[in-house]
Amino acid sequence: MSYSKTSIWQPMSSEVASLSIWGAFARQFMRHCKSLVGSPADAINPLLFFFMVVTLFPLGLGPDPQRLAGMAPGILWVVALLSSLMVSAKLFASDYEDGSLEQLAMAPYPLAVLVMGEVAAHWIATGVLLALVSPVFATMLGLSSAALPTLVASLMLGTLSLTLIGAVGSALTVSIRRGGLLLSLLIIPLNVPVLIFGTTAVSEAVIDGNTVSWLALLGGLALGSLALLPLAIGAALRVSLDN
Amino acid sequence: MWTIIHKMGSPPWFFRISGVLVRWLLPITVMLLVCGALWGLLVAPPDFRQGNSYRIIYIHVPSAVVALAGYYVMAFAGAVSLIWRIKMADVTMRAAAPVGAVLTAIALVTGAIWGKPTWGTWWVWDARITSMLILLFLYLGVVALFEAYENKTAAARACAVLSLVGTVNIPIIYKSVDWWYSLHQPASIKFTGESAIDASMLYPLLLMIVAFYCLFAVAVLLNMRAELTWQHREAGWLRQIVSGA
Amino acid sequence: MYFESLAAAWYMDGHGFYVWLAYALTAIPLCFMVWLPLKRMRQHWRWIQAEQRRQAAATATEAGI
Repeated sequence: MSYSKTSIWQPMSSEVASLSIWGAFARQFMRHCKSLVGSPADAINPLLFFFMVVTLFPLGLGPDPQRLAGMAPGILWVVALLSSLMVSAKLFASDYEDGSLEQLAMAPYPLAVLVMGEVAAHWIATGVLLALVSPVFATMLGLSSAALPTLVASLMLGTLSLTLIGAVGSALTVSIRRGGLLLSLLIIPLNVPVLIFGTTAVSEAVIDGNTVSWLALLGGLALGSLALLPLAIGAALRVSLDN
Repeated sequence: MWTIIHKMGSPPWFFRISGVLVRWLLPITVMLLVCGALWGLLVAPPDFRQGNSYRIIYIHVPSAVVALAGYYVMAFAGAVSLIWRIKMADVTMRAAAPVGAVLTAIALVTGAIWGKPTWGTWWVWDARITSMLILLFLYLGVVALFEAYENKTAAARACAVLSLVGTVNIPIIYKSVDWWYSLHQPASIKFTGESAIDASMLYPLLLMIVAFYCLFAVAVLLNMRAELTWQHREAGWLRQIVSGA
Repeated sequence: MYFESLAAAWYMDGHGFYVWLAYALTAIPLCFMVWLPLKRMRQHWRWIQAEQRRQAAATATEAGI
């Protein structure tokens, strides 16, 4: 079975037409995972970016451990947001350029479902990985170890929303040359609630306060985005193909 | 219902009706604005705590209210354009975006000027000001996205998707910024409590809010008429109107 | 009128600068907001009139031949 990008969604192929919706989703998911395994830089570069920007803060703010620890929740979340912004710019770019997006749009399945396979793989490669690695950077900034589980949980939930919102922005700007700056204008305002809920959850964890309700809000955002945004992503991709 | 929607979607009909509407609404709006501003500036009594600086409220609050409502108008037009593919809805959305952005900017600037005598600084990260700033970014995003697309039909649909996502998000943004502010509220800034506003101050405020709504309608209609004139410059019905005038 | 004189209304117990600045910075963009589409409209109107004259001239010469 070949996984060459342009041929798998030939609408005439009988094999493709016989897949269930879940099968189609899984197929798209696996395809994207394989391409990530093929070029691990796509998953590692955001981590490197995260690491480097975290390094900048002590250099800019001074090495005072107390001050850094106080700002750590905000720093970690802002940098996570920036790195998600950076990776979502390229989310649909290669699919658009090599024409596989057009094939995808003609496939006999809802575009929203197919795209979600791609977004899910992308989230695991960037968001989940970032959340799992974040305790290392948090410890370097002096965040109290009691807050680390909350940090990981909040980043897990939060990056799901960030990835979905980023996918909407990426789908809207994929047909525009030099859409990178426009992308940040489009999605930064939409990311504000995620940033506020995430930072507050971690800050509350530091003072042993009420983290559950803030994590619940993040979870609610993630569920809401999961329910509504795939439709927006699908519609935006169809618009981009028309441009 | 359908006939009304169809009529609204017909450029000649809209052009005729909007022409009559603007001719009446524009003088009324100017009159309302002048009356409201003079009333607020010269007639209404000063606030017992803030003195005369509170008079900025008569432009700050109306522009903020109408800017927020304008986003919903824009998103509604976007939804109509996505669902029924009505060209006129595209034109409405395109016309409303810059008007809303200007009103948001006015709300921000007047808020900053008001902050100087009240709080002693030009800019405070207050919940409402911060929300307005985010609203400005949302508006600018729609305008910039429209400009970036080459195919203007696709541009309108892209803006419709974006403004619908923004509409769902706006209440969440407002609520989250509100919570964020109440958690971090600095002690030095005392919030003026929700005291009942006296009728002598309330009436000019209500007048100004009505005036700003009218102004929004006039500006959107004028933008739409200018855009339609260009889109239909080859059409016979428009040529007839031009030569008849 | 609340103020005793126009000078008092201008000064507003020291707040005059801020209040009048805010009103001025509102009035200017609002005027532009109404004036710019009117200007655009007038330009398009002229373009159409010029086009009509040109077409009328073209048909007139054709008829003359």
